[in-house]
Amino acid sequence: MATDIANLKSTDVVSALNKYDFRTSSTAVFKSRKGLDAEIVNQISDIKDEPDWMREFRLNSLKIFESKPLPEWGGDIHIDFQDVYYYLKPTESQGKTWDDVPQEIKDTFDKLGIPEAEKKYLAGVKAQFESEVVYGSLKEELGKQGVIFSDTDTAVREYPDLLREYFATIIPPYDNKLAALNSAVWSGGSFIYVPPGVTIEYPLQAYFRINAENMGQFERTLIICDEGSQVQYVEGCTAPMYSSESLHSAVVEVVVKKNARCRYTTIQNWANNIYNLVTKRAVAYQDATMEWVDGNLGSKLTMKYPAVYMMEPGARGEILSIAFSSAGQHQDAGAKLVHCAPDTTGQIISKSISKNGGRSSYRGLVKVEKGARNAKCNVVCDALILDPQSRSDTYPYIEIADQDVSIGHEASVSRIGEEQLFYLMSRGLSESEASTMIVNGFIEPLVKELPMEYAVEMNRLIQLQMEGSVG
Amino acid sequence: MPDILKIENLHVAVAGKPILKGVDLEIRRGQTHALMGPNGSGKSTLGLAIMGHPGYEATAGGITLNGDELLDMEADERARRGIFMAFQRPLSIPGVKMSDFLRHATTNVRNPDRKEGEELIPMREFRKELKAKMGRLQMDTEFARRYVNDGFSGGEMKRAEILQLAMLQPKFAILDETDSGLDADAVRLASQSIAEIGREKMGLLIITHHDKLLEHNPPDFAHVMLGGRIVETGGTELAEELHSQGYERIREKYPEADADNQQMVAKDAVTNM
Repeated sequence: MATDIANLKSTDVVSALNKYDFRTSSTAVFKSRKGLDAEIVNQISDIKDEPDWMREFRLNSLKIFESKPLPEWGGDIHIDFQDVYYYLKPTESQGKTWDDVPQEIKDTFDKLGIPEAEKKYLAGVKAQFESEVVYGSLKEELGKQGVIFSDTDTAVREYPDLLREYFATIIPPYDNKLAALNSAVWSGGSFIYVPPGVTIEYPLQAYFRINAENMGQFERTLIICDEGSQVQYVEGCTAPMYSSESLHSAVVEVVVKKNARCRYTTIQNWANNIYNLVTKRAVAYQDATMEWVDGNLGSKLTMKYPAVYMMEPGARGEILSIAFSSAGQHQDAGAKLVHCAPDTTGQIISKSISKNGGRSSYRGLVKVEKGARNAKCNVVCDALILDPQSRSDTYPYIEIADQDVSIGHEASVSRIGEEQLFYLMSRGLSESEASTMIVNGFIEPLVKELPMEYAVEMNRLIQLQMEGSVG
Repeated sequence: MPDILKIENLHVAVAGKPILKGVDLEIRRGQTHALMGPNGSGKSTLGLAIMGHPGYEATAGGITLNGDELLDMEADERARRGIFMAFQRPLSIPGVKMSDFLRHATTNVRNPDRKEGEELIPMREFRKELKAKMGRLQMDTEFARRYVNDGFSGGEMKRAEILQLAMLQPKFAILDETDSGLDADAVRLASQSIAEIGREKMGLLIITHHDKLLEHNPPDFAHVMLGGRIVETGGTELAEELHSQGYERIREKYPEADADNQQMVAKDAVTNM
């Protein structure tokens, strides 16, 4: 009964409500001044004691950032890039046990339930607070099998050759303005290497927490699944609510080699004043499978379109996307599938819910390159609108350069029906219970794909979003 | 004192159009009433108005349960007070499992003061009861894991409605053509099940065109609706007469109501185009 919403109690909801909106009064070890220029970028590089190539990469990326315009499509971005703190170092060093982590920060992750989850069902954890990973663990036997799960800064020092082979090859800094920004000021994020043939049974989890006001978080993640390996990676993100806006802009690159399989799951629940502008892209080689499961519930504006480039025959890309937008929120989410080789298969399933004037957009691209014979791709997007103030848009782009392909696209928009509500209410369910049940049912096909604990979490978050939505 | 559901001079309009034009009906718990009448006479409208469909506006009159006015209550409140309706065309709710839905419904009806998010009835107890009741209705246990009415056949939908009746144990149940679309065996099973679940325990208002559903539920009262009012009330013999001879006599006897009825059917035909 993984997705049984009946198992949720009001106490869970209350604790979940208090769970994210709290601030910790932790003292930073170092905080850069506000604003962005070469001095700040150099300062970050100095503190991290980076090799020259990385410093140059950053400075070059800064120039690209300054030269590129913001995208004209998507949502309205009103960010004063000079009014953001780009780097905040919360602790001297990363903890290997939770006891090594300063009490206030440990309390934060305790409240978020991370150490508890780690004990129960995770193979490894990274906890990032502001700009740095403050805690990291990996089950010992995985380390012995050659699995690497470190933060990306550590990887620059300890696995320079492996990192450099792939770093910024999938998402180069000139890809887009925000990828350039991340490339200039990145800090933290996960670096994962799974050796050939190794299957990691339990998920690796990263948790990203922004605590300080006007703090920008720019983690950078790189995952390499070597031939025939398998890994599931899950990330969660939250922040307390401040009166002013903050920025989260990550870059995530994934390499899935021959016969390997990677599933990357995000449950994003940022506070409603955070711009969440993220670039995520994977390359899948022969008979490899890449899956993105992308849940967007929080943030002021999210622009995120996880991509899979299917590079060799038999590669498979699947993207499941859930977006929930409420008052003051715009989820511009979607997916990108690029078929670069014959016999590649892609699937996009997108479900969005809009309520209380929220706006959800599906923006997706399916592209079939010349020579990608027999490519198959299916896109399904369903939108549910809960009230007349809310909005849903669909922007599907399809570019096909080969003839022998099969592409399907279905889209539906529905409003929560008075008849459905009445049916449930005639059985004693309150109006709000009935709406929540209909919404949970709507996303059930996606939620059942999540590992059990995350499915429960997702239903809890939906229930939270639904609180007070009617009546 | 048995529970009493009392409908007095009820006028109901749908989208501004008057449908019910002064219905009086009193049902005591333990009684079985049959509600008959030609298409468009207002039978389902009466059921939906009692259940509290927001599209059915009471413009005059009242519906009381033991003296409490139901018109002031939302449908969920009425359900918690013990009113139930088995629908002619139940809605499907994709993604919501029958068992989840039924557990919420059963809990709320049994604990009428429950607020959203409060404890549900214990899973083990609930499953045991559900399984037993599904067995009685010859339903496969797999049924509980299916999504509410999603992809159900006509017969499965009707059986699911009867299962809900069995779980919720209301004081009063309106059964709106629970026999339509069923084959003879399925109607017999439905008729037997309703008798077993509700007869003499609930107040039953059975809306039907056929006599099969009444086979195991001989009505204490039979009512004929025409043109939005109840024009005649009798016993089993009236139900039998209408089944064997149709509504000719009634139509001739109440020409004014018949004219209203024909007008309503014609309007329906226009709106259904």
